[in-house]
Amino acid sequence: MTARPNEPERYYNYAYLDEQTKRMIRRAILKALAIPGYQAPFGSREMPVPYGWGTGGIQLTAAIIGPDDVYKCIDQGADDTTNAVSIRRFFAQVADVATTEETGEATIIQTRHRIPEKGLTEGQVLVFQVPQPEPLRGLEARETETRAMHAYEEYGLQYVSLYESVAAHGYIASTVGYPTMIEERYLMSPSPIPKFDNPKLGQNPAILLFGAGREKRIYAVPPYTNVRSLDFEDHPFETQTWEEDCALCGAQESYLDEVVLDDSGERMFVCSDSNFCAERRAAGHAGPMAGHQLAALDKEPA
Amino acid sequence: MSAVLDLADIAPAFPDPTRGSQAVFRKVMECMARPGVIHDLAFAPDAPQGLDRAAGAVALTLFDFETLIWLDPRLRGGLAEGWIRFHCGPPLTGDPMAAAFALVTDIASAPALTAFNMGDAKYPDRSTTLVIQLPSLEGGPQVVLTGPGIKTEMTLALAGLPDGFWAQVQANHEQFQFGVDFIFVAGDRVTALPRSTRITIKGD
Amino acid sequence: MAYVAVKGGERAITNAHRWLAEDRRGDVAIPEIETDQIREQLSLSVDRVMSEGSCYDRDLAALAVKQARGDLPEAIFLTRAYRTTLPRFGASLPVETGQMAVRRRISAAFKDIPGGQVLGPTFDYTHRLLDFTLAANGETSVDRALEAEEPQAYPMATIASVFAHEDLLEPDTQTDEAPAPFDLTREPMAFPAGRDQRLQALARGDEGFLLSLAYSSQRGWGSTHPLCAEIRLGEVAVEFIPDELGFAIEIGELTLTECQMISTYGGGVDTAPQFARGYGLTFGHCERKAMSMAIVDRALRDAAAGEASAPCQDEEFVLYHSDNVEASGFVQHLKLPHYVDFQADLQLIRRQRRDYAERAAAMKEAAE
Repeated sequence: MTARPNEPERYYNYAYLDEQTKRMIRRAILKALAIPGYQAPFGSREMPVPYGWGTGGIQLTAAIIGPDDVYKCIDQGADDTTNAVSIRRFFAQVADVATTEETGEATIIQTRHRIPEKGLTEGQVLVFQVPQPEPLRGLEARETETRAMHAYEEYGLQYVSLYESVAAHGYIASTVGYPTMIEERYLMSPSPIPKFDNPKLGQNPAILLFGAGREKRIYAVPPYTNVRSLDFEDHPFETQTWEEDCALCGAQESYLDEVVLDDSGERMFVCSDSNFCAERRAAGHAGPMAGHQLAALDKEPA
Repeated sequence: MSAVLDLADIAPAFPDPTRGSQAVFRKVMECMARPGVIHDLAFAPDAPQGLDRAAGAVALTLFDFETLIWLDPRLRGGLAEGWIRFHCGPPLTGDPMAAAFALVTDIASAPALTAFNMGDAKYPDRSTTLVIQLPSLEGGPQVVLTGPGIKTEMTLALAGLPDGFWAQVQANHEQFQFGVDFIFVAGDRVTALPRSTRITIKGD
Repeated sequence: MAYVAVKGGERAITNAHRWLAEDRRGDVAIPEIETDQIREQLSLSVDRVMSEGSCYDRDLAALAVKQARGDLPEAIFLTRAYRTTLPRFGASLPVETGQMAVRRRISAAFKDIPGGQVLGPTFDYTHRLLDFTLAANGETSVDRALEAEEPQAYPMATIASVFAHEDLLEPDTQTDEAPAPFDLTREPMAFPAGRDQRLQALARGDEGFLLSLAYSSQRGWGSTHPLCAEIRLGEVAVEFIPDELGFAIEIGELTLTECQMISTYGGGVDTAPQFARGYGLTFGHCERKAMSMAIVDRALRDAAAGEASAPCQDEEFVLYHSDNVEASGFVQHLKLPHYVDFQADLQLIRRQRRDYAERAAAMKEAAE
């Protein structure tokens, strides 16, 4: 954990956003929590990072974070990916906040595309960066149409799409951003997490907040909420599995990234959750390629 | 609904508004995310006559010039109204249907819940949040809460609610996605009840 | 060959920033460009950055252009990200372009109109021949423009006032009693959009995108047969009523480009046939943008009347995709790692290939 000193001079407000903007976002968060899975519009601001690079997540974090928080930021499950490093550095600077890579130590975890492998706890808030909050957008381009579908719970289009997938492939060929139903009322995009992570959305002890900056929407899954990944009785929801184990830590039940080792087809599979993998290795677990140089990369101070 | 403010009578708010409102919001967010959990806002500043500390803290944290506020008639024209107007600058309304927030200190004589804004089908978030000040968040008749945010079930025993109030809250839940949401305050303490919570009245 | 796994890190980012700064500076033997040079000599870049950056500050825009190495969408983004942190004191009174101190005003509708055609500083009739003297010694001897013998009419009649007598042009609608205008920088887009929301979105919209949409409209994809009734460029006063004073005071001056496109409107049950207007307004001198905006505004008004069929008439399509800060961010976010998504796609496509191979084998077997 790295504590950052107070900056003597601030050209921007604490946590970057002005207080009025924080209040606007905070009000949207409360409504989003009160209506789980509903996309609440908010007056998303231009941020000092580009739209599409986490502006929704950054605004949510900026609206809730305080100096007592411990902040972790991951992208693709890893703490050391460039954009995660960049966002973590931003909050260390503008919010005087301690940062960590340890999932269990963080009070706020901002994420893009993954839910950490380690189970979250009641004191934690998981903030998702969301590129496209509308689960139906791929099926219907118009916001005026999709908003009406949510209003009147008309989700036939989504089921038809899944059914067509079954008809074409024999199974539901959806891999990330797999549609979920929240408390049997709102269809919700879980953000582009792999469907491997979908089961972690439901009955999670932590607060799950979703921010889409460019699309100007906030939504939430409160703790211990029912989240169902859509499926059919004869084609039940299933998650990704691997024949391989993590090459570094030997984990058999984590989401794996495929790393290409040369241009003749050699590859290794490693945990996408870098902290999960590091903790396992520290505890003595070893995979078939333990000691590979990739393991050293996450030791770099960040 | 605005008269000239007499600045001499205005008590201070958060000594550090950024830090203070962030700390209050995190507690309120935890309350809204975990219905029935009670948090303490003793660190907030004193509120003027008629308002408890927790009620004042919630107002300072969530009200501003973009939120239309319905004030309990008891608070209108008094020190509390002046304090809120000075520190938050919200426009005030006498129309509960128009209000983003309602600050209620006398729930027994407040309008029925259905008088407030329930949101609309496409934008159910445009509903009123009622901030209701009670004598205590404990010691009243028990109700059992289930739903999002609650692992198994929670009980709440708010004191000072009029007869029939919980039946109104049940009806409010029944029409989900429409509905108002509640923040209850008493003294230094706060708890919340979103429209998504199912209420079972003990003895039903 | 073997690959080195690339993972990011603080050192990599820090070094990338240093390299970027080096590239921005270029050859250190060449004097560093100063922001006042940009402000004065790349003034149309500055104008575009102010317009689409929604912030009227020439020095700030010049700084943004310098920092962005001349990449205008990047400079617009820098300006927006700064602008959003500024406190708001309130809203000015609407500027009165009828009272503009005009430097340029032309109308394509009439050969002559009250106040006359004023060509002003324009590229329009330049021959697009590279002027190598600008490169040779960095300067040309400038013959100053001649001053008119008679002072220009002030205020210069607007196209609305020219038309007013015959009621041929739809009138300006009174907005005094209207509620505060929609503000996209505080509220998300909502549909159907009011004209205030639409005009704000177009004013902030990408010049290239609006230009192409306007062009598509002219070519028949939602044509409204527009005519350029008036373009004016000049300075207008900005007035503000401070709460403590209660009356308007002048707080500054803006350079604006305004364009009014007109096209015939066949009338309806309650309205006689007349000319309807499309409106374009930009900070500074952004004529191409103002004209494009006016054409698209006019085209979108057909959409409001339920006659939409072409892209330029589709409100959701136009307004959701016109902002280059949003568009640039999202297109470029594809540079961010997508390892997790890609792994999921890899798994799926391998599974589908296996299924395909099995099916193909089964069919071959059946055929034999």
